Amino acid sequence: MSLWEYANPVKFMGLSSRLIPTLSVLTILCLVTGIVWGFFGTPDDYKQGSTVKIIFLHVPSALMAINAWMMMLVASLVWLIRRHHVSALAAKAAAPIGITMTLIALGTGAIWGKPMWGTYWAWDPRLTSFMILFVFYLGYMALWSAIEDSDTAADLTSILCMIGSVFALLSRYAVNFWNQGLHQGASLSLDKEQHVDDTFYYPLLFCIAGFVLLFVLLVLIRTRTEIRLRRAAALAARNV
Amino acid sequence: MLALFLRDLKLAIRTGGGFGLALAFFLIVVMFVPFGVGSDLTLLARIAPGILWIGALLACLLSLDRIFQLDAEDGTLNVLATSPIPLSGVTVAKSMAHWVTTGLPLTIAAIPLGYLLNLPSIAYAWLFVSLFIGTPALSFIGAFGAAITVGIKRGGLLLSLLVLPLYIPTLIFGAVTVIKAVEGSNPMPSLMFLAGLTLLSVVIMPFASALALKANLS
Amino acid sequence: MSFCVDKLCCVRGNTTILSDVSFELATGDCLILRGPNGIGKSTLLNTLAGLAPQGHGTSTLDPDDIAYSGHLDAIKFQLTVAENLQFWAGVYGTNTVASVMQGFGLTELANRPAGNLSAGQKRRVGLARLLVSDRKVWLMDEPTTSLDADHTALITKMIDDHCQSGGIAVLSTHIDLDIKNAQTLELSQFKPEQARNNDVFLEGSF
Repeated sequence: MSLWEYANPVKFMGLSSRLIPTLSVLTILCLVTGIVWGFFGTPDDYKQGSTVKIIFLHVPSALMAINAWMMMLVASLVWLIRRHHVSALAAKAAAPIGITMTLIALGTGAIWGKPMWGTYWAWDPRLTSFMILFVFYLGYMALWSAIEDSDTAADLTSILCMIGSVFALLSRYAVNFWNQGLHQGASLSLDKEQHVDDTFYYPLLFCIAGFVLLFVLLVLIRTRTEIRLRRAAALAARNV
Repeated sequence: MLALFLRDLKLAIRTGGGFGLALAFFLIVVMFVPFGVGSDLTLLARIAPGILWIGALLACLLSLDRIFQLDAEDGTLNVLATSPIPLSGVTVAKSMAHWVTTGLPLTIAAIPLGYLLNLPSIAYAWLFVSLFIGTPALSFIGAFGAAITVGIKRGGLLLSLLVLPLYIPTLIFGAVTVIKAVEGSNPMPSLMFLAGLTLLSVVIMPFASALALKANLS
Repeated sequence: MSFCVDKLCCVRGNTTILSDVSFELATGDCLILRGPNGIGKSTLLNTLAGLAPQGHGTSTLDPDDIAYSGHLDAIKFQLTVAENLQFWAGVYGTNTVASVMQGFGLTELANRPAGNLSAGQKRRVGLARLLVSDRKVWLMDEPTTSLDADHTALITKMIDDHCQSGGIAVLSTHIDLDIKNAQTLELSQFKPEQARNNDVFLEGSF
């Protein structure tokens, strides 16, 4: 009995269909607890007012935007090394979720930024890095949709994901370098950890757990869809 | 590998369009900037480093799809894959040839174009050195994008979408080098980062490209 | 020198199109692959050349012995005939361009740009590459396409000479070529009874 058995499509379908109901309940519980507690059970910040509460959407989505890419990287490596088809499809399934998380993070960030900094957008290193992450997701998804043969597509997107990870990381540090280079002592800092107080911390943990669960749940559902699509394609090919 | 490098050079010269096109494109991009932002010389001097780097980068992008596409179309790539040269070696030879026919002429052309944009005289040496060191990275990264898209018909647009994000660090370190020189501060740190980035690209990109070519062959 | 192919499977996409192909060739042998269109002649040649993924089975063919000629000529129209062959000589590290051109009747075309040649002449340049490569095992996909009777005879003689002098040739063709001690392999016999789609996504799902 090894973990790799679940890379078999049939095993995966069986396991995931059993997991999905439990996961759905847990996801809803965590998200509802976290968001209700966060929005209504915490005091307004003395400086930021109630706008601070967008943190409960912003931070988890930003975390998941990066973690989704990490998951795609791991799944891509598993595909390249062990040729497990489900792994490649899971990477494919995660990309649209990751890009949505990136968009939510950018959107909530902009909404938060307006009252805080007086602007929806600033070329702050973190904001810029997320914009860059967004373009990397776009390229990855475009490549998947451009190639017809599914195994070739899996190969090429996995290689792109690997190289993309290296360059996304490099961009992250290059952007830090560039910003300091252009605007000495930029005053916009998103470093929230210092501010976060226990009253915000616990509901935030619930929200983060909720987003992680939501991500896993969506990846499972989307991977199942991809597997069904592949089955349909394989059937069509067999009947020709 | 030398034979392949020399043949690619010869082909680029014979077909025309090789460096000529990239240089003309670079000139036009630079010429468009004053049309777009006005002919104020102090403003132009301030944005010149960025414009020159972005222009060179876009001009470099133009000829990327030819790196592997032409050889794939006439069957040469298949024969090369069965030849004694490993695919990573094929990529190195082709990236080098691309640099000599594109990156190098662009580096040289950037000097007179810098003058047109009123680049301060202190920055010319840094502009030349940063492009000279940075453009090989553009060719090697670009060859990777070309290897990924070699099996896709009309993959030019996709190629740009894949390659441009990978160009971000190169652009940042390259442009910052020149900006620092213009500002009178020390451009060496970013130049060193740029050199490191080029070395990294030269080392990992041929292997990644070989993987991509192999996936595309089957 | 010899090589042995044992129970090789050829796949196209996710479908096995040839299964359990076995043959053994030794110095001087020539194997002609026959079979209707789409049976998998090109796929088998590509699999042997390492250009297509290999299914089950083994082949002891050393990649360093292969010279491959596909259905495209792999010549550059902007270069002259001599330059094209010179390039391949450089790639394979050999030095026989002049003698090959002479033996192949290409000397008078040497300085013509390859783009100006007729289809048959291009084919000849493409096949001359095999001689230039100086490799033992030739894998040729339809070598006689667009050649007239005279040139077909020339190619036949070239393959014959290659095998006589210790080489091996594997080729696919639709017409009968007069090659001494050529063996014929009918590929229809390796066709799986029912075109099997062994996509992992179909296993046990119904």
